[in-house]
Amino acid sequence: MLNDVSFSLNNGETLGLVGETGAGKTTTALAIMRLLPKRTGFITGGEIEFAEEGNLLEKNEEIMKAIRGHRISMIFQDPMTSLNPVIRVGEQIKESFEVHMPDLSDAEMEKKVDEILEMVGIPASRKREYPHQFSGGMKQRVVIAMALSCEPELLIADEPTTALDVTIQAQVLNMMNELKKKLGTSMILITHDLGIVSQNCEKVAVMYAGSIIESGTAEEIFTKDKHHPYTVGLFGSIPDLNKVTDRLSPIDGLMPDPMDLPDGCVFHPRCPKCMEICKTKVPETVSLGGEHLVKCHLFGGGEIDG
Amino acid sequence: MSRRNAKEETQIKSRSQMASIWMRLKKNKMAMAGLFMLLAMILIAVFAGIIADYDTEAIQQNMPERMQTPSAKHWFGTDNFGRDVFARIIHGSRISLSMSIIAMAIAVAIGAVIGAIAGYYGGKTDNILMRFMDILLAIPPMLMSISIVAALGQSMVNLLIALAIAYIPVFARVIRSSILSIKDQEFIEAAKSCGSSNGRIIFKHIIPNAIGPIIVQATLAMGATILIIASLSFMGLGVKPPSPEWGTMLYEGRDFLKGAPYLVLFPGGAITLAVISLNLLGDGLRDALDPRLRN
Amino acid sequence: MDKPVLEVNHLKKYFKTPAGQLHAVDDVSFAIEKGHTLGVVGESGCGKTTLGRTILRLIEPTSGEIYFNGEDITKLKKDNMKAIRRKMQLIFQDPYASLNPRMSVSEIIKEPMIVNKMCSSKKELDEKVKELMELVGLAPRLVNTYPHEMDGGRRQRVGIARALATNPEFIVCDEPVSALDVSIQAQILNLMMDLQEKKQLSYLFITHDLSVVKHISTEIAVMYLGQCVEKAPTEELFAHPRHPYTKALLSAIPVIDISQRGKKPELLTGEVNSPVNPVSYCRFYSRCKYACDKCKEHSYELKEISPGHFSACHMNFTGEIE
Repeated sequence: MLNDVSFSLNNGETLGLVGETGAGKTTTALAIMRLLPKRTGFITGGEIEFAEEGNLLEKNEEIMKAIRGHRISMIFQDPMTSLNPVIRVGEQIKESFEVHMPDLSDAEMEKKVDEILEMVGIPASRKREYPHQFSGGMKQRVVIAMALSCEPELLIADEPTTALDVTIQAQVLNMMNELKKKLGTSMILITHDLGIVSQNCEKVAVMYAGSIIESGTAEEIFTKDKHHPYTVGLFGSIPDLNKVTDRLSPIDGLMPDPMDLPDGCVFHPRCPKCMEICKTKVPETVSLGGEHLVKCHLFGGGEIDG
Repeated sequence: MSRRNAKEETQIKSRSQMASIWMRLKKNKMAMAGLFMLLAMILIAVFAGIIADYDTEAIQQNMPERMQTPSAKHWFGTDNFGRDVFARIIHGSRISLSMSIIAMAIAVAIGAVIGAIAGYYGGKTDNILMRFMDILLAIPPMLMSISIVAALGQSMVNLLIALAIAYIPVFARVIRSSILSIKDQEFIEAAKSCGSSNGRIIFKHIIPNAIGPIIVQATLAMGATILIIASLSFMGLGVKPPSPEWGTMLYEGRDFLKGAPYLVLFPGGAITLAVISLNLLGDGLRDALDPRLRN
Repeated sequence: MDKPVLEVNHLKKYFKTPAGQLHAVDDVSFAIEKGHTLGVVGESGCGKTTLGRTILRLIEPTSGEIYFNGEDITKLKKDNMKAIRRKMQLIFQDPYASLNPRMSVSEIIKEPMIVNKMCSSKKELDEKVKELMELVGLAPRLVNTYPHEMDGGRRQRVGIARALATNPEFIVCDEPVSALDVSIQAQILNLMMDLQEKKQLSYLFITHDLSVVKHISTEIAVMYLGQCVEKAPTEELFAHPRHPYTKALLSAIPVIDISQRGKKPELLTGEVNSPVNPVSYCRFYSRCKYACDKCKEHSYELKEISPGHFSACHMNFTGEIE
């Protein structure tokens, strides 16, 4: 369930989409790719403007197929399940060339496969191996290679490093950043790890129960004082490596059931600063200056005029 | 929704596993219908002697009244020896129903223990037990029963043993495979770490989680056993001719299919009813045993 | 200084695999005092989970000694072990897989008490369940719910209540919060710390999350391929990491601090090596940026380099790297 989600992303920028399980991060990504399951997923309104293509929601399936994997690519969380275990990795990378660049000769495709593997730091000689012969970090590199094979304009990475160890995570993130710079790709980085966001993203959007409750540039989110109470809670939940804290200050309660969202502000039952108005009225998005937007009654009214 | 919550809040006292299974089963209308039919049939089988006299109505030949169509006097008509079909079906349920239920119960119990031991301990134990089961499984249940009865001699008990042995490997196999998928789960390790014995782990943690497929398999097999008993009787290896038995009646009636279809219809209907009620109950039980399926 | 609750000496666990001998836990020693927490950090495959299971003898150790309250439990027979098991419990990573889906909350919490014959009557048992649920912050109305009807945080609370049912003194916590969302993670961490204070519990806290381990531990052991490469009190380890692997591990964590941005982490090259038939010298050699020929001359040894601070890198002994 997504509710009134809006954000924009310029060329070469990275947007960090932060939130807990069930916040609607992956749903947002799938909606952009137009990959929501037909039976249950409906996009009831809104538009997705992409480059010069215009609104993606008005495109038919044929055009979407050409865009997917070619101009917008996606990386999934689990590298084990996104690779076909019985096909050699080289073949799997080649497949996207076969689909999106059918004019290339076989030799040219092979050459491109070699190039792309070298680019993600895998020796080209390993393209004849099967996925199970690669370690977790290596597999994720292969998945990234596949996603970048057609030099997409937008890369959606859904928790790309969650399944990896910290040292490997650092390697993979470092590599992704370098490739992004080299190819000028824009990226939507979906994660629950605020550390990754602060190190890698120019823009941040915090999601809760299907809505973006706060968004802005990384500086605004990580250095300014004024925040949505949920963002404050999220920061309070994480033990800070640089400070000594006796107790964490978590957010009480649980994520609401997406089928049965509370009235008014979706966060009000868990909010420590809940007011009467929060229980009945859905807050408007308020600008706190710059690109910093917050969806909360605390900052509403005449206090700040956007 | 809110009413259910309120109801649950009053039940702070913890409920036993049996009670919650029964509560879930009660909610399933089809399963309750199956249970009701089965109970009715069992009651009829128990009180068969009161409803119709065994010797005079179900066994004794009564030539003057042979091949009568269903009437007020003979509800299901009479057969070619003038015996009342209704009385024979009622007394037949004693044999068909009890034999198949007992045979299955034995097969499930032994099969489950063998399968559970093989799956849980693995290694050599598993190899020895399962290779033996494979040998048994290679012979079709029908052939197996025939050879066992032929070897042991014709009697009800031997027939029961034959049926049970024929089905043990089927259940052992089913339960072993589900145990293999369960035994490596963390909750088994959790049970071990608090000191549970192997027996307790098998019976309390593993079998309840593996029971679903067994119950479905058992109810289906029960229908098949009724038919096997019938076939064996037909070959003269099962129940001896004058005794009323559903399968035997079915076979005897087939000669008169054209002129007197009711001779086949009623015993056939009895078998169908028994199998359907068992299947309904089995499905319901499987769902009731799994708390995850509760809506 | 109190006598330690748990003392582990030269614990080893090798597995036979078709490829050779897998050194899951290789010569690990440590001690945990009453009311203290030892954090064990390391990447996947470093043997931290095996270590936890071996200490509880859910896996039989290959060699080594485990003293629990002064008694070597590796030599205990099965029956005597059962009595000890009550005092040593385990909290699992996946709160869903570790709860029997067919059992309700009350049955799950009762289980250890029934097995260990701790209550004489049914009423006493129900009473205890109620107490434990209150202790871990579960509402009494949840008593008849099943694991699949609860969210991850509540399930983990049930797992903790089950572990506490036998009044243990020592608990192995195997990544207890890794599967939970950050806000729930914080709730569970707070609960575990409160319980530790209230019941004077000792924890062996296994995790890959350094910020969590820093928060909860009094002492930290860093593991690499089955060996403990560095061990120090928490503050000391984070302030002065000495072993090259610890340094790399610490610098790889993305910190929530935008000013640190663009600062290149100390990237490790290569992948975690295989613990099957490891080399006889330092196992970190192939990935270590300080590696030199001298490394191949030293076999594994954990030495005290400053009071309470142990490292396995020979260059730390001589002060070659700081």
